[in-house]
Amino acid sequence: MDLKRFGFIAFIIVILFVIVVLVGKGTVPATVIIVSMVATTISVSTPLVLGALSGVFCERSGIVNIGIEGMMLSSAFFGWFASIYLSFILKAPALTSLLFGVVVAILTGGLMGLLLAWLSVTFKVDQIIGGTVINILAIGITGFLNRQIFFEKHSVFGGQVPHAPGTLPPIHIPFLADIPLFGKIFVQQPIAITAIVFVVLANFVIFNTRWGLRSRAVGEHPRAADTVGINVYKMQYLNVIIGGCIAGLAGAYFTLESVPSFEPLMTNGRGFISLAAMIFGNWTPFGAWAASLVFGASQAFQINLQFFREMIPPQWSFLQQSYVVGMVPYLLTMFILTGLIGKTTPPATENKPYEK
Amino acid sequence: MESSVTKAEEGKSSLLVKLKPALRSMLVPVLAVFTSVIVGGIVIAMAGGNPFEAYLGLAEGSFGSLKALSETTVWATPYIFAGLAVGLAFKGGLFNIGAEGQLALGAVAAAWTGYALPDWLGISLPAIIHIPLTILAGILAGAIWGGIPGWLKAKFGGHEVINTIMMNYIALNITSYLLNGPMKDPNPNNVVARTPMIAPSAQIPTIFSGFRLHWGFILALLVAALVWWILWKTTLGFEIRTAGANPDAGRYAGVNVARTIIITMILSGLLAGMAGAIEVTGLNFRHELGFSVGYGFDAIAIALLGKCHPAGIVLGALLFGGMRNGATRMQFLTQIPVDVISVIQALILLFVAADAIVRYIYRIRTREERVVLTRGWGG
Amino acid sequence: MTNILEAKGITKQFPGVLANDHVNFDLRPGEIHALLGENGAGKTTLMNILYGLYHADSGEISIKGNPVAFQSPKDAIESGIGMVHQHFMLVPVFTVAENIMLGMETTRGLALDRKAVSAKIHELSLQYGLEVNPADLVRELPVGVQQRVEIVKALYRKAEILILDEPTAVLTPQEADDLFRIMRELTSHGVSIIFITHKLKEVLAVSDRITVMRGGRVVGSVLPNETNEAQLATMMVGREVILQVDKGEAKPTEDVLQVKNLRVYDIRNLEVVRGVSFEVKAGEILGVAGVQGNGQTELVEALTGLHPVHSGEVYLEGHNMTGKSPRQMIELGTAHIPEDRQRHGLVLSYPVADNLILCTYYQPPFAHNGVINNQPVDKYSRELIEQFDIRTPSPYVNTFTLSGGNQQKVIVARELSRPIHLLIANQPTRGLDVGSIEYIHQQIVAMRDRSIAVLLVSTELDEIMALSDRIAVMYRGEIVATVDAKTTTREELGLLMAGSTIKTA
Repeated sequence: MDLKRFGFIAFIIVILFVIVVLVGKGTVPATVIIVSMVATTISVSTPLVLGALSGVFCERSGIVNIGIEGMMLSSAFFGWFASIYLSFILKAPALTSLLFGVVVAILTGGLMGLLLAWLSVTFKVDQIIGGTVINILAIGITGFLNRQIFFEKHSVFGGQVPHAPGTLPPIHIPFLADIPLFGKIFVQQPIAITAIVFVVLANFVIFNTRWGLRSRAVGEHPRAADTVGINVYKMQYLNVIIGGCIAGLAGAYFTLESVPSFEPLMTNGRGFISLAAMIFGNWTPFGAWAASLVFGASQAFQINLQFFREMIPPQWSFLQQSYVVGMVPYLLTMFILTGLIGKTTPPATENKPYEK
Repeated sequence: MESSVTKAEEGKSSLLVKLKPALRSMLVPVLAVFTSVIVGGIVIAMAGGNPFEAYLGLAEGSFGSLKALSETTVWATPYIFAGLAVGLAFKGGLFNIGAEGQLALGAVAAAWTGYALPDWLGISLPAIIHIPLTILAGILAGAIWGGIPGWLKAKFGGHEVINTIMMNYIALNITSYLLNGPMKDPNPNNVVARTPMIAPSAQIPTIFSGFRLHWGFILALLVAALVWWILWKTTLGFEIRTAGANPDAGRYAGVNVARTIIITMILSGLLAGMAGAIEVTGLNFRHELGFSVGYGFDAIAIALLGKCHPAGIVLGALLFGGMRNGATRMQFLTQIPVDVISVIQALILLFVAADAIVRYIYRIRTREERVVLTRGWGG
Repeated sequence: MTNILEAKGITKQFPGVLANDHVNFDLRPGEIHALLGENGAGKTTLMNILYGLYHADSGEISIKGNPVAFQSPKDAIESGIGMVHQHFMLVPVFTVAENIMLGMETTRGLALDRKAVSAKIHELSLQYGLEVNPADLVRELPVGVQQRVEIVKALYRKAEILILDEPTAVLTPQEADDLFRIMRELTSHGVSIIFITHKLKEVLAVSDRITVMRGGRVVGSVLPNETNEAQLATMMVGREVILQVDKGEAKPTEDVLQVKNLRVYDIRNLEVVRGVSFEVKAGEILGVAGVQGNGQTELVEALTGLHPVHSGEVYLEGHNMTGKSPRQMIELGTAHIPEDRQRHGLVLSYPVADNLILCTYYQPPFAHNGVINNQPVDKYSRELIEQFDIRTPSPYVNTFTLSGGNQQKVIVARELSRPIHLLIANQPTRGLDVGSIEYIHQQIVAMRDRSIAVLLVSTELDEIMALSDRIAVMYRGEIVATVDAKTTTREELGLLMAGSTIKTA
């Protein structure tokens, strides 16, 4: 990651932190605020990191995936539904239900990845349209089923949303969580921790293994890969399914780790913001992670500022409006995409279906 | 050697020759709808309903009576504008997913002009001025909202897909703020986020008394014809289509592709803004938060269903309008929730977009070269 | 001596064209067997079948006497066949080592073992005299070195049969000689080579046997010392071919195009046109010779408004047109036949008529005040189709249905029918059949005889020498010399193209 990009990321994060500290330092000590901001940033970046990783896997092999939003949404719903079903109907213990829900979410993501691959690779549909189809399908199906299953009198839940089995419990990382003051940063929920582990894993896989070399070759010059005997279609299918599974895990975050409920359209554009993070990170896992942290920080900014609403000085009163602050991630995305902070090079063959 | 004999023969069969490709191009969209209906029926059955009853209710609600037909056109009218917006952008090689936000802001601007402008100016406006002004407000808002991502693409190469999606969310935030705050209906009986009613002078009059069919529908048809004329009969349309089909060749031939991109997005946003304005002045006479959610995506389906041709888009808009209209009747009659319509519409989009699937199912041979609609992030 | 490779009765049908029609081909161990034919004769299809990229509809292939059926290139590689394609199959962003090991990577545990691969590459380099550096990024390597990487890639896979598809398309004459030396070195090590080309001189220079294909069929096999260029050309085309272009004396008059110290930078901010100056007079053809990648593309783009000019000046008939837009260039009377006809020259999905007015759609009589009038468009396109003999059933079929030669005719018809002062033709006959090549050459000479200034840019030395009155050679962004076409020789041009400034006496 070049200096300009890194500088920009650091700059934005520092500004956001500083504003929150300045506003809240009257009531709460600055270090507590900073620790809270860092912990929140790591937590809310989770779906963005996973979404960006999903994008990296798909796009490195040449398939544009703008359906990450839809994959997240449908996984969030089906994972949640599965966990409720297990806990409410089958009376399973909470943790088991939640973990089962995570598995279902991952599988849902993988299935939608399969659909995208089928559309893009086999039927050679324009990949952006294919991704949009996935998004629309997700909205339609989750909206429909949400109403049917939870709000219909004769449905399996009798017309009421049952009590959800909670959320995944946070994990205290040994030694690090015991550090006074800063230890709170190292208490994170499982999916958040998994996301960071995945970043390291993905980096190794993509740049240092046979699989990664072949996938990248398929994304840069599929004909070259074909001529040395690599099955281009198979590689694309597998990478997109993997990407779908990762997006599925991101979906699980929403309903099984963040809040124990499902709202239609609850992903709120984070699937698209992950794409911006992926682009800004130049299609590398570590770059995508750093970029996600910026967006995560802007969200943490919004959340933490809400605590201190009353403390906001009058000349900055517009910050009180959650709508105004809520626009920051989106404006940030657009600014980053202008490329003013650095040019990015996508994999050469994306959105061009491979013809033998 | 081309001779007058050949020319006469051409003239004789020219009508048939002209009709055949049109019919052939309708084959896949019609089959796509048909297949979606079948699959939708399966979904309904799996959710515990009776597909036949459901579709009967749907049909009855959409065109089972004059009243139903009138309602269908009323619902279809904003869809026509929104579909034209997305279709025009596609023709120019751009994917305008931002129709949703452009439409919402157009509706908000129109609503304000409808209920607030006379007070603000201190005079009362006759309908003949007020209605065009209201629509104009919607057009302007949409044009700006579409022009910004267009400019970003032309100047920085920023891909319009993500930018327009971001603009949608920003527009959502803006409308939430406005409709919960300064523009909220002050009526003490009102609890939802919506504007006050617009003045009667801003409401589009109906054509026949007793039915809600209004002149906005005629306007939509005229605008569709206008869009057709622009795209195929003017130099601007030639430039838009060339920039969409092959921007490299366009540049070589002297077309200012960057400028064309901006103009295309402005026109597209303008049309989407009109959809919002018509929704306010012809359908609801106010704007309510969340009402227009999904129009943008439906517009994509309509544009693809209509193959980005204004005539096809009008037909597609009528179909979607009919479905939306008939769904309430269907729910009333059969207790099947209106959400199933969203699933069917999503399926239609799936089958239309993947027309290769439809061709495969029904063994239609491909005759045309697949035209690339959009490009990757490389721009 | 048993053949190392034998193909019998190979037939392959594509929609609309029979690419291979009962083709027989064999290869003896250690020989260089040339496969000669013009564009579209079916040579590449045959090779793609031998390499497992395509499946033949019928026919048999055997290696060392054993019948084989390749499902994919993997099988062909395992049978000892390696292929160097015309357009390199190298991933630009990978290193040499990564490209070479792709598909058969050595691993240590889960990770790639780059060190072991590099060591092996060094070994092969020394053994065959093919110097490559495993750590280099391919996109930074010159074309000749990239080709070497491709060959090492095949040898890394223990290829005994090497297929070279048009390998000299991107080389200077000297680099081509270098390649021939490498080929003979390889055969002395026991490698057998199939050498595909459409260049008559090369075939006679390096091969042990020549097989000619035409229209999907094998026309015959000859030995180089029993034939000559003219006979081979006749076999390739099926009729007497005039290898010379019939042109009279040039009658150049005043300067039409003047280029003074032009500098152009590419998208990576490297200077690719470095202070170029020349002029083209009305009634003459100035040919720009040079190997692909020495700045010709950017030069042409700068002269036609498609690429920004960094510094320097361009004058057309005395008017300063430095950095003007393509439309302004067109209106000032410049015609441009672009290098990449499908990307820049045509909108393939448009009807032929629209492509014929692609540059002039906004001018009367086609349009008034922004409104297009179809009648004049129809009339104009029919006239042009007849005048230029464009084979198309109607002006309204989509252009992608036309053959390559006819597509180029559409571009030529469009560009040459405007009132122009300057014609810039960039690789005008690339990839075309002999008939179309002859036609376009005639048109270019006709333009010159109508006192139009012609700037011809081409990597085909034969074309440059046949058509030009004067020849400028570009090397690394500079014009190293300008010579008289009548007195120069292939050798002299070859040396200049390779950067040498020594002129033969």
